[in-house]
Amino acid sequence: MKIAIASGKGGTGKTTLSTNLASYIAESRECALSDLDVEEPNSGLFIKAELIHEEDKFKKIPEWEKSRCELCGNCQTVCNFNAVLKLGKMIMVFPELCHGCYACSELCPTGSLPMKQKKMGELKAYKSGNLNFIESRLIIGEEQAVPLIKQTIDYVDEHFSDEVIKIFDSPPGTSCPVIEATRDADFVILVTEPTPFGLHDLKLAVETVKQMGKPFAVVINRHGIGNDCVELYCKEDNIDIIASIPNDRLIAETYSRGDLLYPTIPSVKDAVRSISTYIDNFDLLDNGSLKSKKTGQIK
Amino acid sequence: MKIVFTAKGTDMDAAMDPRFGRTEYFVIFDEDTKSVESYDNRSIEGEAHGAGPKTAQKLAEYGAEVLVTGNGPGGNAATVLKTTGIAVYIGAGDMTVKEAYEAYKSGNLKTV
Repeated sequence: MKIAIASGKGGTGKTTLSTNLASYIAESRECALSDLDVEEPNSGLFIKAELIHEEDKFKKIPEWEKSRCELCGNCQTVCNFNAVLKLGKMIMVFPELCHGCYACSELCPTGSLPMKQKKMGELKAYKSGNLNFIESRLIIGEEQAVPLIKQTIDYVDEHFSDEVIKIFDSPPGTSCPVIEATRDADFVILVTEPTPFGLHDLKLAVETVKQMGKPFAVVINRHGIGNDCVELYCKEDNIDIIASIPNDRLIAETYSRGDLLYPTIPSVKDAVRSISTYIDNFDLLDNGSLKSKKTGQIK
Repeated sequence: MKIVFTAKGTDMDAAMDPRFGRTEYFVIFDEDTKSVESYDNRSIEGEAHGAGPKTAQKLAEYGAEVLVTGNGPGGNAATVLKTTGIAVYIGAGDMTVKEAYEAYKSGNLKTV
């Protein structure tokens, strides 16, 4: 089972929830937590585990070879990202804009844009008991998060069986990196804060996961601030709120020390236990949908 | 010599557009013939990525030698402009095109 923890709005508690939920689950069974916010991964601040593997990650980008090029301009026509431009008698490639789709390279009639390797980041894998932690980090100046997120998920797929609970700490927002981080998930947890701003971005996130056809539920963090707009919205739209974490100074203090919350804060333990129970209640069907063990309901 | 201005309109009285890649229009002033042309660049709104280099490419197609703009081009656009040999003058974002031309002529604009 793969669970993506996403949010829409940034700073709502994705990492807090991911690290605490993964560590809690790992007390009783094997769990793999992946930090897919590769532009600024921070789950690692809360996970004390031993480094067991590291590797460089590469993407492929086209490189212009002048000799055979007939300057037909097909490359710039097929590029959706303006990463390849024909300028007079030359072809310019902008590696930062390239999404590595191969279109220009494959469709070049003279084979003048071969794909070359370029390092984009690093992947590290850690282990502590039942908890596996995988973190990928883009190198400075690298703009494309998607290829690294994809390769990180590939690594997780190769190294962990279906029985292992996999938690993906996703990037914020609703753009390509989030889509990549959640597209393989069986279930998405949307973390929000109960404020008008939180609700606004939650709605965007809900729209996104609905379009992707993913079963999802909401967790409210910092419950007690703001108003009840998120609860009213979820009720109206029949969205399950599977846990609430209170707005508590002690949580902020513990977090700021880089400590996990659930071992010392009962309200957080209750929250991760509820989420774990909620997840355990589902069987993953072959067609990718979830079936409730209790009610038989399909999500 | 052709001088290109990033503008919010189509003539010399138009306000400058401080943005380069996503400028609404270019006003192209030919110093030799004193003619004024314009180019509608608003279709660039549909480009999620690479607006700068795309706009810079357009400029090269017009045979521009000088660009007068506001904030200045980003890295990718600057690379294209450099390759195509277009001189870039910035800091004219709050002017009209006519004022920007005068500021350029009197050497009051920064070059990058």
